Amino acid sequence: MPEITLVEAINLALARAMQDDPSVIVFGEDVGVNGGVFRATAGLQQRFGRERVMDTPLSELLISGLCVGMAAQGLKPVGEIQFMGFIYPCIDQLVNHASRLRNRTQGRLSSPMVLRVPCGAGIRAPEHHSEHTEAMLAHIPGLRVVIPSSPERAYGLLLASIRDPDPVVFLEPTRLYRSAKGKVEDNGEVMPLDVAFVLREGKDLTLIGWGAILRETLVAADVLGNRGISAEVIDLATLKPYDEKTLLASVAKTGRCVIVHEAARTGGVGAEIAAVIAERGLTSLLAPIARVTGYDTVMPLARLEQHYMPSVDRIVAAAQRVCEFA
Amino acid sequence: MPKEDITVIAQFKVWRRRFLAADGTLCGEPSALAGDFSTLIPLYQGMVLTRAFDLKAVGLQRTGRLGTYAVSLGQEAVSVGVASAMASEDVLFPSYRDNGALLWRGVKMEEILLYWGGDERGSHWSGPLHDFPFCVPVGSQAPHAAGVAYAFKLRKEPRVAVCLLGDGATSKGDVYEAMNFAGVQNLPLVFVVNNNQWAISVPLKLQTSAETLAQKAIAAGFPGEQVDGNDVIAVRAAAEQAIAAARAGGGPRLIEALTYRLGDHTTADDAARYRPAEEVQAHWKEEPIGRLRAYLVGAKAWSKAEEEQLAAECQQRVEKAVEHYLAVGPRAPRTMFDHLYAELPAAYAAQSDELRDVVHA
Repeated sequence: MPEITLVEAINLALARAMQDDPSVIVFGEDVGVNGGVFRATAGLQQRFGRERVMDTPLSELLISGLCVGMAAQGLKPVGEIQFMGFIYPCIDQLVNHASRLRNRTQGRLSSPMVLRVPCGAGIRAPEHHSEHTEAMLAHIPGLRVVIPSSPERAYGLLLASIRDPDPVVFLEPTRLYRSAKGKVEDNGEVMPLDVAFVLREGKDLTLIGWGAILRETLVAADVLGNRGISAEVIDLATLKPYDEKTLLASVAKTGRCVIVHEAARTGGVGAEIAAVIAERGLTSLLAPIARVTGYDTVMPLARLEQHYMPSVDRIVAAAQRVCEFA
Repeated sequence: MPKEDITVIAQFKVWRRRFLAADGTLCGEPSALAGDFSTLIPLYQGMVLTRAFDLKAVGLQRTGRLGTYAVSLGQEAVSVGVASAMASEDVLFPSYRDNGALLWRGVKMEEILLYWGGDERGSHWSGPLHDFPFCVPVGSQAPHAAGVAYAFKLRKEPRVAVCLLGDGATSKGDVYEAMNFAGVQNLPLVFVVNNNQWAISVPLKLQTSAETLAQKAIAAGFPGEQVDGNDVIAVRAAAEQAIAAARAGGGPRLIEALTYRLGDHTTADDAARYRPAEEVQAHWKEEPIGRLRAYLVGAKAWSKAEEEQLAAECQQRVEKAVEHYLAVGPRAPRTMFDHLYAELPAAYAAQSDELRDVVHA
């Protein structure tokens, strides 16, 4: 089985979902004839036709609102927002409608939909093309927020998101689209949502991350290993609702924890995780929790983006501090 | 610039439809509907019931038995006229002021009261299960209507989405984005703008400088027309035509129904702060129920005895509904977690337990 890239895994999962379920509809800006600006939907319109793979007007609010209407009618909409910097017009639809339609109608209507959103920095993109603002989504009750970090998880988690009966925002790290490669069997099998994946077991320290930054986190774990520190690395994968159990079990084992994310620090998902570990795992902690994150600045343009994103050095330094805490 | 370089490349007209003048006499082009009393009398009954319900709801709010309520006084012809032109398999997208449409579609009065009384169970109603609930964030239901209409088109179902909006909603991008898409995809979608002249305290002239709201459809590539929204015959005729055209594959339509909000925005509002009483008084002369009654009575299609009987019946039905509404006890606090997801994720089950423990403590 040849290796494929993360974006190819996305494409494979979309094709599989459309093949298996005629109610799955893919749409967004440039997803049809052009196959998506990242080629995530390449070939789908040729295969499934213009009605099921539809180019929309340049209208992000509309794309998210269409999802709600289509889903209420029994379709399985998979909308694409071209970059996370353009998701903000959708927030009204996500907060006020998609995430609450089931509850406010007491189950009469619901919004099983997926909004795919490429996110993150590191591809030297123009302004507004590198954001990683998942925390505002993770705050919304009724929503699921998922982010894969490998082709295998991209395939399995996207399929799971499409089959899930509730609205899912599926974040796709652009930096991994072509650089992450792996073997993916197109078997239609889903991976569980709401479950964190232990990527590497360790006993001295827990490193928690999600999306593209897990690459630096894993390298940092190697560096730490060379220095005699055994780091456990966890891919949170589903940011809402997230898997407290796996995190707490790991911290109970290691007693030390560093949370790594690309997004700004204040009010980030890392703050939520740190709070839960403090609330429910304090007695197993041997050192204060550390966060290595993007700064509370505006996302800088390409020339400074590598200084904004957590680096291997920053992660290693934080981990050492945590491990050296008496 | 030389004259010959200037070419008119597009011209548009906006029509206004009206059959019934304010005094209840027929005007304009004759309409077959005007002689169809078996259609008109139920419309009249629907409007009278809506008004009786509205008045009662305000009374309940004033006496602390209902939450904030949005009154539809004076606009009954729009809601009822449009809903009466729909088939049950069509999908309605109501704004929060469309009680008349909901009642016509089979939603029970006690369910509407339950909603405004602060209980989500009111939206799990006896009306068509596929209809959308009241939309409070103004205009944000328009993209849903486009999504539903797209589903109809995709599945080749002869069904229509009908989206009710206010004049304020036409200032929102949501509505234009949905209209634009409906035009591009030739969707079976009818937009009805209930132009009651006021968006809370903001009058139409501060909402837009366009001569009509109907013409907003033209920019999206489909027809828009105006109707006298206090003339239920005109509303019904326009809605019927637009819905039939949309059902037959003719694409979207927009109807701007000109009416007037005789009441406050909601029970939490006092319109006397921002508009003169004389203006409201003047508009009472044009309201839809008196107008249709005058016409029906003049045509000997409606009698004083029938009027009295209808009033008594409406009163009785409303009182009965209020009884049912007041008899509904509160939900268990923990049910706020119900229907949050198809299945409550383990992460939130603990919070649900926490609430249970607090309540029972």
